Amino acid sequence: MHKSLRITGLTLLTTLLLIIGALAGGCASSQNNSGSAGQAKEQAGEPYQLGAVIDISGNSSSLGVPERDTLLMLVEKLNRAGGINGHPVELTILDNKSEETEAVLAVKKLIEKDVLAVLGCSSSGPSMAMVNIVQNAKVPMVSMAAASSIVEPVSERQWVFKTAQSDIVTVKKIITYLKAQGLTRVAFLSMNNTYGDGGKAAFTAAAEENGIEIVVEEKFEASDKDMTPQLTKVKASGAQAAVVWAIPPSASIITKNFRDMGLSIPLIHSHGVGNQKFIELAQGAAEGVILPIGKLAVASQIPDSDPQKKVLESYIADYQAKYNTLPNSFGGYAWDAFNLVVAAIEKAGPDRAAIRDELEKNTSGFVGISGVFNMSPADHNGLGVDSMVLVEVKDGKWQLLE
Amino acid sequence: MPDQLMQLLFSGLTLGSIYALIALALVTTFNITGVLNLAQGEFAAIGSLLAISLYAAGIPSTVAFILSIALVAMLGGLLERAAIYPARRASGLTLIIITIGLSISLRGLALLIWGTETYSLPAFTKGGPLFIGGAAVNPQSIWILGLAILTLSLLYTFFELTYAGKAVKAAVVNRTAARLVGINPGTVSFWAFMGSGALGAAAGIFIAPVTMTTYDMGFMLGVKGFVAAVIGGLSSVGGAVVGGLLLGVLESYCAGLVSSGLKDALAVIVLLAVLLVRPQGLLGVLGERKI
Repeated sequence: MHKSLRITGLTLLTTLLLIIGALAGGCASSQNNSGSAGQAKEQAGEPYQLGAVIDISGNSSSLGVPERDTLLMLVEKLNRAGGINGHPVELTILDNKSEETEAVLAVKKLIEKDVLAVLGCSSSGPSMAMVNIVQNAKVPMVSMAAASSIVEPVSERQWVFKTAQSDIVTVKKIITYLKAQGLTRVAFLSMNNTYGDGGKAAFTAAAEENGIEIVVEEKFEASDKDMTPQLTKVKASGAQAAVVWAIPPSASIITKNFRDMGLSIPLIHSHGVGNQKFIELAQGAAEGVILPIGKLAVASQIPDSDPQKKVLESYIADYQAKYNTLPNSFGGYAWDAFNLVVAAIEKAGPDRAAIRDELEKNTSGFVGISGVFNMSPADHNGLGVDSMVLVEVKDGKWQLLE
Repeated sequence: MPDQLMQLLFSGLTLGSIYALIALALVTTFNITGVLNLAQGEFAAIGSLLAISLYAAGIPSTVAFILSIALVAMLGGLLERAAIYPARRASGLTLIIITIGLSISLRGLALLIWGTETYSLPAFTKGGPLFIGGAAVNPQSIWILGLAILTLSLLYTFFELTYAGKAVKAAVVNRTAARLVGINPGTVSFWAFMGSGALGAAAGIFIAPVTMTTYDMGFMLGVKGFVAAVIGGLSSVGGAVVGGLLLGVLESYCAGLVSSGLKDALAVIVLLAVLLVRPQGLLGVLGERKI
């Protein structure tokens, strides 16, 4: 009897190991979503190779899918119009499954393919994982993720650029709002990953400078199904507002939990929730959420005098014609990354170092979807506070607040 | 502070009843066939995704739910015939490895059909949260807990109080003897997988409004359900529910009072502790039997 118990225990332990093995196996065996587009058109010129590493599946897929769709649309359009100086563009898109290791493998594959530049990733963690590789291989990379640490310090990131507004820019926008409303005691909740940590670092620093006290600081996992435990601390703390740094679906779940618990303080999110999926998944709980966002989401509400208005409207029209749905700010990051690189290749030719120099030195006043880019040797993001607006969710739509 | 403890308790009970449902399905198949079905979480994911698709296609919710439960039950039976039955004479460990293979294939299938998007179902009953002792309780949590209790009582009645239940349990303990008295272990195993498919799908549908659904949610559910089942002793339906609720409440208190980062590690720590200190589980009496 005693012996059989021991054997049973051993078998159960083996089973546990098997489960862990299944996790690894499951990751390795799921599909490698690679697609290449644009080789249909054979022209006089040799095709230019570009690569993209996108979070198409996994936790950040709500970001990656619109980015992939935007890139496919843009490369098709570019090749139909004759490519870059008569050279068609061949874009290889690889899926990193929202994981750091997969991103590293994918970018190595692309570099072996001799791509001129790499676009990606969609989220901050995988982007950070690629930084060292492209730095060593001297390949220009344009990330579409938020954390400012992706491009800073620039002295160690000469080859890395990014198009999403930095968490520092977003934080400034939120702090200005908090101060204007006289909210000085806030709760800060963030995802336990690079995106959440970047937001947390930027927010903590800016809050201290501006006399705002963070009374509770909590984290949650991207795969968590219930954030009520973290929110109970917020409720007990007497915070005047809650700032959440996350992306859907966890951002939607925490919003639902927030309303279910009957918390009535203002709920402020980051630009990580800037897609319709966030509102959809939160099922009504998103009403009243305030967040800074790129102008794309409220393109029809911004004044005609805005320099971005025309670019925004043409992107929306193109995207709607092709996919029959509205684009979101993540697709916008991809639009910017693609067009920045294309503009640089146009002038610099197919040379990695020349493309990098062109991106850094000659990107000024580039009107994109996420804002007007002014890159410099000190700033590889190139976006200011004017690239964002504050919006509130009203009747399931984004409503300009200012 | 008492408010906070109360809130954490309810939040833990919600999570716990989700784990308990998966654990119940695991224990059922284990009791009847001696196979630990590690694809159980995938049954929940596919059932939930099917129901969401049917509901989105305009089929009334109740019909959509019943239809998807029936479809997943058929899937369970089909997989048993295709993968488990041919290997019925193999060792327990081989069968477990087969179910891991099934779980990976099902996840791949779900990825192909539904993609990587997150889906959600509307809550079964409209209206805001209920307040019990200063803590907010989501009405959907009560549905989930209700399903767990209902399933528990049905299974308990079946296994402990009916002749058929005792007969199928006998089929695990001694195949040859069961055959001699007219029980066909093959047929019993087929029905067990149908049942666990149906139960998994029902669990998936009930939790979808709370947790939302993705193609890969089955994996984490499967692991937590497995831990819950082992805590409870693997062969006891009551133990599965106790194990699930205990795990959920522990996780919730751990996230709320200690650190939210530690929460997922807790499941494995508890599992190891139970296996080392009390391998027969909290309520289990584990004799000589095939795992």
